[in-house]
Amino acid sequence: KEICLNPGALSTLDSITLMYPFFYRPMFEVIEDGWHSFLPEQEFELYSSATSEWRLSYVNKEFAVCPSYPPIVIVPKSIDDEALRKVATFRHGGRFPVLSYYHQKNGMVIMRSGQPLTGTNGRRCKEDEKLINATLRVGKRGYVIDTRSLNVAQQARAKGGGFEQEAHYPQWRRIHKSIERYHILQESLIKLVEACNDQTHNMDRWLSKLEASNWLTHIKEILTTACLAAQCIDREGASVLIHGTEGTDSTLQVTSLAQIILEPRSRTIRGFEALIEREWLQAGHPFQQRCAQSAYCNTKQKWEAPVFLLFLDCVWQILRQFPCSFEFNENFLIMLFEHAYASQFGTFLGNSESERCKLKLQQKTMSLWSWVNQPSELSKYTNPLFEANNLVIWPSVAPQSLPLWEGIFLRWNRCSKYLDEAYEEMVNIIEYNKELQAKVNILRRQLAELETEDGMQESP
Amino acid sequence: LTHIQNTELETYFTSNKSLTGTLYLTATHLLFIDSHQKETWILHHHIASVEKLALTTSGCPLVIQCKNFRIVHFIVPRERDCHDIYNSLLQLSKQAKYEDLYAFSYNPKQNDSERLQGWQLIDLAEEYKRMGVPNSHWELSDANREYKICETYPRELYVPWTASKPIIVGSSKFRSKGRFPVLSYYHQDKKAAICRCSQPLSGFSARCMEDEHLLQAISKANPVNRYMYVVDTRPKLNAMANRAAGKGYENEDNYSSIRFQFVGIENIHVMRSSLQKLLEVNGTKGLSVSDFYSGLESSGWLRHIKAIMDAAIFLAKAIMVENASVLVHCSDGWDRTSQVCSLGSLLLDSYYRTIKGFMVLIEKDWISFGHKFSERCGHLDGDPKEVSPVFTQFLECVWHLTEQFPQAFEFNEAFLLQIHEHIHSCQFGNFLGNCQKEREELKLKEKTYSLWPFILEDQKKYLNPLYSSKSHRFIVLEPNTVSFNFKFWRNMYHQFDRTLHPRQSVFNIIMNMNEQNKQLEKDIKDLESKIKQRKNKQTDDILTKELLHSVHPESPTLKTSLCFKEQTLLPVNDSLRTIEGSSPADNRYSEYAEEFSKSEPAVVSLEYGVARMTC
Repeated sequence: KEICLNPGALSTLDSITLMYPFFYRPMFEVIEDGWHSFLPEQEFELYSSATSEWRLSYVNKEFAVCPSYPPIVIVPKSIDDEALRKVATFRHGGRFPVLSYYHQKNGMVIMRSGQPLTGTNGRRCKEDEKLINATLRVGKRGYVIDTRSLNVAQQARAKGGGFEQEAHYPQWRRIHKSIERYHILQESLIKLVEACNDQTHNMDRWLSKLEASNWLTHIKEILTTACLAAQCIDREGASVLIHGTEGTDSTLQVTSLAQIILEPRSRTIRGFEALIEREWLQAGHPFQQRCAQSAYCNTKQKWEAPVFLLFLDCVWQILRQFPCSFEFNENFLIMLFEHAYASQFGTFLGNSESERCKLKLQQKTMSLWSWVNQPSELSKYTNPLFEANNLVIWPSVAPQSLPLWEGIFLRWNRCSKYLDEAYEEMVNIIEYNKELQAKVNILRRQLAELETEDGMQESP
Repeated sequence: LTHIQNTELETYFTSNKSLTGTLYLTATHLLFIDSHQKETWILHHHIASVEKLALTTSGCPLVIQCKNFRIVHFIVPRERDCHDIYNSLLQLSKQAKYEDLYAFSYNPKQNDSERLQGWQLIDLAEEYKRMGVPNSHWELSDANREYKICETYPRELYVPWTASKPIIVGSSKFRSKGRFPVLSYYHQDKKAAICRCSQPLSGFSARCMEDEHLLQAISKANPVNRYMYVVDTRPKLNAMANRAAGKGYENEDNYSSIRFQFVGIENIHVMRSSLQKLLEVNGTKGLSVSDFYSGLESSGWLRHIKAIMDAAIFLAKAIMVENASVLVHCSDGWDRTSQVCSLGSLLLDSYYRTIKGFMVLIEKDWISFGHKFSERCGHLDGDPKEVSPVFTQFLECVWHLTEQFPQAFEFNEAFLLQIHEHIHSCQFGNFLGNCQKEREELKLKEKTYSLWPFILEDQKKYLNPLYSSKSHRFIVLEPNTVSFNFKFWRNMYHQFDRTLHPRQSVFNIIMNMNEQNKQLEKDIKDLESKIKQRKNKQTDDILTKELLHSVHPESPTLKTSLCFKEQTLLPVNDSLRTIEGSSPADNRYSEYAEEFSKSEPAVVSLEYGVARMTC
């Protein structure tokens, strides 16, 4: 379970089926099979009570329309499967726009997709335009948030990609935000880890290395974009469509973080697990490629990128600013980070649902959720300060508010003894408070009973 | 009292909105009341600088920077009003005489004996007794009783008993400003001492037998280790340069039992400009992560903090590991020496980590030994080159320790911030003046109040709920000074920019819960005794009833218990927490934010001044 600090050949096993999860035999009793804990149908039920504008589509049942999508997706009711097939040919990787989040408060939605394949000659797709407009209510406008800078998006046209021309999507306004991708992120992580691991750095060198890693700049970019999306939904009452190029990395960071900000349910343990299942695993984030090696490994692999770790870091940043609004604690996030990179469970194996299906993970491996959701495990990850907060939570994105996540990056380099003891003391105070309250309540009831008894004795 | 209506307070780091209200100028404060009747108070003494910017269409902008790191931007509609206010503030914020400072007019409605009691709360003679002096090695010297030897030292000084008055006098003549080596802290367990002084007037080769004798007396006062460290807190280059001016540092060859060591803390001028750079960076609109860190680096601020911390650790180690006494000095021995001696003692002795002990520490190593508070804080209109954040750095070092050792301190961050507030406020007498002699001449104890009793009265606010008071006095703190352990102290330098802070404070919740737990414990006791009473009464009643049934069928006294009221059960911690979602308008996530928020009312809380926030 420990992260391999010096990953050699073992951590780059070519054949997935030779990996640990296929040989791991659980030594615990499975109370709830995690493979069935978060079914798309159940998730949809949560929405269907609030709206009838959306439907489940099984158009991707055989993974034929979009290899990186799950078999079941949520799409506008008015768009039939035939249209979806056509739209898929117009979107990168066949990733036609699907529902990511429905904001119950005002009915606005977050959708995500791959980039439109407009190319240099400005190709159009009537069905795509129809689908996107179908998500808007009468007289409403929407925002397309492109996670690339305008420049990068324009360059993408040369390779057949592109972005929505406002002339063809008149009700939509496009906003470009720049979130870095792939090797730039990986290099950033390598630099950061290197800076953290050298304890001999003097102050100037440490600060300049921390700055040069750009890690916190990426955190700020991602959080800012997520906040912008949430702001469109909650404050502007406008729906948003989010995509970058493939729609499997920065897109998912933004859609999932926006939900953390907007949706109280996603700040609970179950809700967060569901979010990861929906917005990362089923949405086709290529975990196998992105987390091929240890996060601490400093050699480059082509598709390696700490996209998921950045997401977790952003969640930690929000958790730090709203320490009572999350049901889980920092350890939960660290645990997810560990399992995304190396795990005895099958959950994060493969790059998409279709790959996971082919590998028969459900039959051959154990789900992480089966393990984590046992009461004894959950207690480690429960935030003692949690109190449901039904508000939208807006984090600060100023550099002064975004510290380094020491629990991850300095965990092997700092002594956390005193911090751990202080945490324990805090838990003790909270537990003691609960105990005292319970005792007071019992005593009050007891006294009340005695008083009535006395009254009864006296009344006849 | 003058006032100007329709003044706008810009919340401009946050969003391009502002709050309209009325600006009042009182004798002591600048007050802004907005249309929601929210008040912003700014003490004149807290104003570090006032700046009038170029006239705009909406009025005349006025920027006020405060010593507690609050920055406010006003827009005054008429330029003439702005000019008047500007001039008044310039005058009011810089007083020429001590007697014009707030402390001399501040009246908390206490009588003279209460005032005196307040001043007697901290008794340094008592503190030296607690340390274990006088004893067979150390004694109270009356050499400076009349401030004849050193004007900037206190009257009562502790020296080795073997140091006779001629030796002291001789040594003082060989030390800058007459600040000869005296005891700062005595470690009872190790029988080792921290002593302090100023630099020797050694030039390139001068010697002084009395000074050499005094140092030897100090090393001999330590029965375990006859070697002592002489720690020069300056960078070696600075100390060497001082030799040309007839000052300098000790030559190991001339002193029989010393080990000499430089620790390289920069001087007050470097520290002043370092803080200035730090504040400039943090005041930038739309600050990027990379500008923030490169600014933090180039300011050198955290490097300086680390240097001070490392020096204090050197002291603690010398005493704990080598059992050696240490003599600390810088140039005059009232800035860096105060930082290092006080921080070193705080690492060694857990008493200084309590609320009362920390007050004692400040009184001893800072106030009594003549840290020039009035000059360093710019209380009066004086030489700006004398201003320097030396004490602020000390507080920051302590804050870093509280971060590394969350359970070692009885007090919390609010305590440090409150003290910082008052070194500049001039509301209490403690920090006025530059040395004890000056304070006596100002008759501060008769004319002003001491801060400490007021803090103790409010003690609850300053308690660390996680504090674990260990019984052993000499539990030494061993902080780790790897660079990554030093972080920007947001709650100090942005204490008024609430949008930058976590929206929910774990600390406050735990603090309130601790309070509530105490109340609950009391409630339980009350309830248990009531139940016991009731039960006893019942058994008594049964007995009485059995005995008196025929005689007295109804007891009228018991009738009262019939009126039983359903008591509401205690609410779960609802009242303890304020849940905040805050607002996207506080955070400027995009260039579209302005457009987005047109219809939205301003959500920024004025109470905290101007929030500096960008994306």
